[in-house]
Amino acid sequence: MIKKILSGLIVIAVVVAFLIVWKPAIDEIDRPSADSFNQEQIAKGKVLAGLGNCASCHTSDPSKPLAGGVDFPTPFGTLYSTNISPHPEQGIGTWSEEAFLRAMREGVSRDGSHLYPAFPYTHFTKVTDEDLSALYAYVMSREAVDHQGPKNQLDFPFNLRMLQAGWKTLFFDGDRFQADDSKGDAWNRGAYIAEGLGHCTACHSPRNAFGAEIADETYNGAVVDNWYAPALNTTHAAPVPWTEDELFQYLRAGGSKWHGIAAGSMASVVHKGLIEAPDDDIRALAMYFQDLTGAEDNAKAAEVAAGHVSQAQGMADPATRTGEEIFSAACASCHYNAPSSLKAARPDLSLNSAVTAPDPVNLLRITLHGIDEPTGLRGLAMPGFGPGLSDADLIALARYLRQSSGQPPWKNLEQHVQDARQL
Amino acid sequence: MTIQFQLNGEAMSLDVPEDTPLLWAIRDHAGLTGTKFGCGIGMCGACTVHLNGRATRSCITTMGSVSGQQITTIEGLDQDGEHPLQQAWVDAQAPQCGYCQSGQIMQAATLLQDFPKPTDEQINQVMSGNLCRCMAYVRIRKAIHLAAGSSDSSSAGSPQFYEPGQEEMSNA
Repeated sequence: MIKKILSGLIVIAVVVAFLIVWKPAIDEIDRPSADSFNQEQIAKGKVLAGLGNCASCHTSDPSKPLAGGVDFPTPFGTLYSTNISPHPEQGIGTWSEEAFLRAMREGVSRDGSHLYPAFPYTHFTKVTDEDLSALYAYVMSREAVDHQGPKNQLDFPFNLRMLQAGWKTLFFDGDRFQADDSKGDAWNRGAYIAEGLGHCTACHSPRNAFGAEIADETYNGAVVDNWYAPALNTTHAAPVPWTEDELFQYLRAGGSKWHGIAAGSMASVVHKGLIEAPDDDIRALAMYFQDLTGAEDNAKAAEVAAGHVSQAQGMADPATRTGEEIFSAACASCHYNAPSSLKAARPDLSLNSAVTAPDPVNLLRITLHGIDEPTGLRGLAMPGFGPGLSDADLIALARYLRQSSGQPPWKNLEQHVQDARQL
Repeated sequence: MTIQFQLNGEAMSLDVPEDTPLLWAIRDHAGLTGTKFGCGIGMCGACTVHLNGRATRSCITTMGSVSGQQITTIEGLDQDGEHPLQQAWVDAQAPQCGYCQSGQIMQAATLLQDFPKPTDEQINQVMSGNLCRCMAYVRIRKAIHLAAGSSDSSSAGSPQFYEPGQEEMSNA
């Protein structure tokens, strides 16, 4: 009897597991012609693709737009983005809108195989039908690019796509965006963009051992691809929290007088993605994040910033004297500010997110390797000081700047400096 | 690789490795020798030129990073060599040996953009990375004050980027 019950249970378990893992293929279609989509839908989709910054993960070579091939090193191996141009063999040309929607919403490819969550379907699932439809129209009306990037190089067992079904049962809820009725339309618009297509938390939140965002540490900041993406909630270390006005300026221009510039993948978010979006959407995002950071108004923020910079400039500690001298010789010509008139083009380092971050990687890699136009503010560049500064110089400079920011000293700077030289 | 950029308003195209210092292109390829080589590691300021209107150390700025950008040297600061700073330099008799002076003037031009009426403290801070072995610092500072008195901050070397919140923005 017990045997029968047991074997019954096993059969049920296998069937349930199969139902969770197995997803049907969706029939191929003939590639829709670009003019089968209406222009309004395509134009709307272009803005949405900008908000989602699809191109920067799916384009490795600007002459092959959306053809994939960008590498994503993870603790489980290296993933390569796929070709999402409408090429029938290499891209998604034979995908129906239904198949596209399912991929965006459930992380399942047209052929029924599970996609890895490096593709942020966990966020795209929040997007409305109308927006996904417009995005489909935009993507399917792009140039079909005949190109296949490298194959994923994942370690066993992560190379088994069916195991992704288990990941999804643990970490994926698949809910649409829920508006918060206690907030206004603009706030909700900002939240919808940030949590949906914008997938901001994908970089700005720490992840667990399985690569899933840690739910109760949302927007606590994280290191991604050797860049620190700062915290965007009240746990941030910035002396001046993001105000709506300042974040709006930053997201439009690529730099802020109180935080510094958009570098790493944020440069592409600003200059290649958000550039497509209207001011109203950027304003909505900025409003949403001001609420998360708990910032006060701009006048108060300016006062705090000026006070902080004054104090930093007045600091006279023999222990950081060497770093101060290096700053004076190598950095002050561009980074010194009058506290009362801080300028984004002279990023003040005592306020800068690269200095206040809990991880020194941003400061070290930018000091060593510089910033090329068009990262950060358009027209501005910074040369790398790697050849001129010894490790000891760099450590002294980092210690001085860190102290001027009012944050506790960084640990293991020697190791961080050596690592940053390799980037 | 072929790198195209603007040098003192003229289009230039050079076939050089990406990591070639901008200073090499200016002196050896374009033949403009007003910009000097000092330390070669961005610590003395003698090689200062403008990248899109702002001072940068050309010895550590790579050609790869100036692709498509506008570079101005001391020769291009003012067509007739009569930039308010250059006049002030003459009036104050600022240089001694003169080697660091083009770098000093290019750095001072950016200083006056950001601080149109600079205090001694602001001059000291911003100019501290421009070394002068002849110790002409006092006269250099005097010349900057002189230029600030007559400087039109909208003249040569005005910034090509926008300062958020201070200029009308466009997505172009």
